[in-house]
Amino acid sequence: MEIAVPERTAALTLGPVLFNWEAGRWRDFYFRIADEAPVDTVCIGEVICSKRAPFFEPHYEAVIERLTAAGKTVVLSTLAEVMIPLDRRMVESLCAAHDILVEANDGAALYHLRGRPHHVGPFMNVYNEATAAALARDGACHFCLPPELPASALRALCEQTRGLGVSVEVQVFGRASLALSARCYHARAHGRTKDSCRFVCEEDPDGLELRTLDGEPFLTVNGIQTLSRAYLNLVNELDELQSMGVACFRLSPHTCDMVEVATIFRSALDQRLSPDEATVRLAALLPDSSFSNGFYYRKPGRTWIAGARSG
Amino acid sequence: MSNGLTHPELVCPAGTPAALRAAVDAGADAVYCGLQNETNARNFPGLNFTPEELGAAVRHAHAHKAKVLLAVNTFPPAGRFALWRDALDLAARIGIDAVIVADIGVADYAAREYPGLRLHLSVQAGASSPEAIRYYCDRFGIKRVVLPRILTVAEIAAIHRQIPCEIEAFVFGNIGMMAEGRCSLTNYVTGVSTNMDGVCSPAADVHYEEDAERNLTIKLGPVVIDRIGGGQGAGYPTICKGRYLCGPRNDPYYAFEEPVSLNLSALLPDLVRAGVTALKIEGRQRSRAYVTAVVGAFRRAVDDVLAGREPPLADLIALTEGRKETTGAFGGKAWR
Repeated sequence: MEIAVPERTAALTLGPVLFNWEAGRWRDFYFRIADEAPVDTVCIGEVICSKRAPFFEPHYEAVIERLTAAGKTVVLSTLAEVMIPLDRRMVESLCAAHDILVEANDGAALYHLRGRPHHVGPFMNVYNEATAAALARDGACHFCLPPELPASALRALCEQTRGLGVSVEVQVFGRASLALSARCYHARAHGRTKDSCRFVCEEDPDGLELRTLDGEPFLTVNGIQTLSRAYLNLVNELDELQSMGVACFRLSPHTCDMVEVATIFRSALDQRLSPDEATVRLAALLPDSSFSNGFYYRKPGRTWIAGARSG
Repeated sequence: MSNGLTHPELVCPAGTPAALRAAVDAGADAVYCGLQNETNARNFPGLNFTPEELGAAVRHAHAHKAKVLLAVNTFPPAGRFALWRDALDLAARIGIDAVIVADIGVADYAAREYPGLRLHLSVQAGASSPEAIRYYCDRFGIKRVVLPRILTVAEIAAIHRQIPCEIEAFVFGNIGMMAEGRCSLTNYVTGVSTNMDGVCSPAADVHYEEDAERNLTIKLGPVVIDRIGGGQGAGYPTICKGRYLCGPRNDPYYAFEEPVSLNLSALLPDLVRAGVTALKIEGRQRSRAYVTAVVGAFRRAVDDVLAGREPPLADLIALTEGRKETTGAFGGKAWR
């Protein structure tokens, strides 16, 4: 098996679309990414709900072809929570793809992928070098780490995995995944259950806003997933992350102009745009939204600390 | 064997040495506990064991034919792994019967350094499918999996037939709504991580504010997570049991779950028939009196089920949080 893993520094990855977009919109989004976005790797695949997957699967082939033709590395991301037979079959068939890299987001995928090169996604709990080393022995060659890891742990993990021949990725843009559940909270908000949901999550292409009783925007519901309301933004931290040895930077898709988001991050990585200017331009794409980077500084994740250093 | 059912092990919580003795006296087959640091998922002030207390606990339990399980079930952040390694070294040294692990690195260290040490897979590992469980069994020699509280009894039975290890299932206590080991809501609000620090909704960050009408506003850090009218009772506040507003509804609602406790006592025979080897009671943060009452009631209930008698369960309802209980996911898929 030949899988080309790009050896560039400071690569951009587009994470999988986490939300239930209309299938045509989903396909056209990736076509535009292929044609216009300065990203190196693109992850596709339904990672939240196996019920949604049949809408997107008919478009996989065309999307993979277009992205590959544009020079992007395509990675298939597996379901983050695997319980019922449908989930299990989906993970098994995705992992059976031998001509394309797979990103494992759950132990079931690890089971299928053992012994061959694969990526490990942000839904797997890779918190330390011992976990990374154990997974690397089974073929893991790339880790996208969970968003709650603070700078101190990112630094230590990068240092202590240097000899393993693996690369490390960190999410730098998009709402941060905070929790998974067996229960669908989209269905619950509408008085339905997971089995009777009638795909009500499609009404919220960036997720459903939860506000506190004081009206403050707080969390985002996306089916079984709960995300931050604030957009994770580590543009100020890109330099420090690179100096630690983080090689890839993940942008998590939203309905805002993701080509522009990728262009802003590419320019910031290439020192053609200052972090402050980058944040101003990102904010212009996301009116009425806020940014957060607290996890990185071991502060409440929802907070935004401007111009800080992790120390 | 009696009544065609295998004798299940009753696994009981011990937050303190006193609670451990109470659980053993009340009929626990095994007790589980943690050290006084972030290596376990109930890292609360005033709770847990020093290494010396743990050694004494093992001697006491073994003298009474009970087992001691040590929870080392959090996720060490890089740079801090030594603390978790020390916990495993201690467990092996003092004769702990099994260590409950979640982190792959921790499991790998234990399996390689102490091949004779029995490993249980914590619910915090979130292994919810036969393939995920088989991964941990093949890779680290896991002997028992603690199943997430998100599976129905029928699903547990199906998993049992497809895995090479024992099953432990929660039957009573606090029910978290999020998949265990996969929730950073507390860290999002407080800066303390459930996975890395072993704390969910730290008491130091919980605040109650009462207004003139005796309405109580409950906050975690600066975030309002519920508001209740005068005189109404409330369970311990966590983000996943709070009330919120969202687009399609104008009324505050429990976006994730009502403040209920898990009580599967009525499903005990079904669980045992489904292949569950061990029945787990949550509550290391609870008092010795609570442990005595719950463990005693479950001891009688399990013995009644095995003898073919109808177990009386009314006393357990009085002990559940907010006096409301649920069979959670175990009862059926409509819960989801």
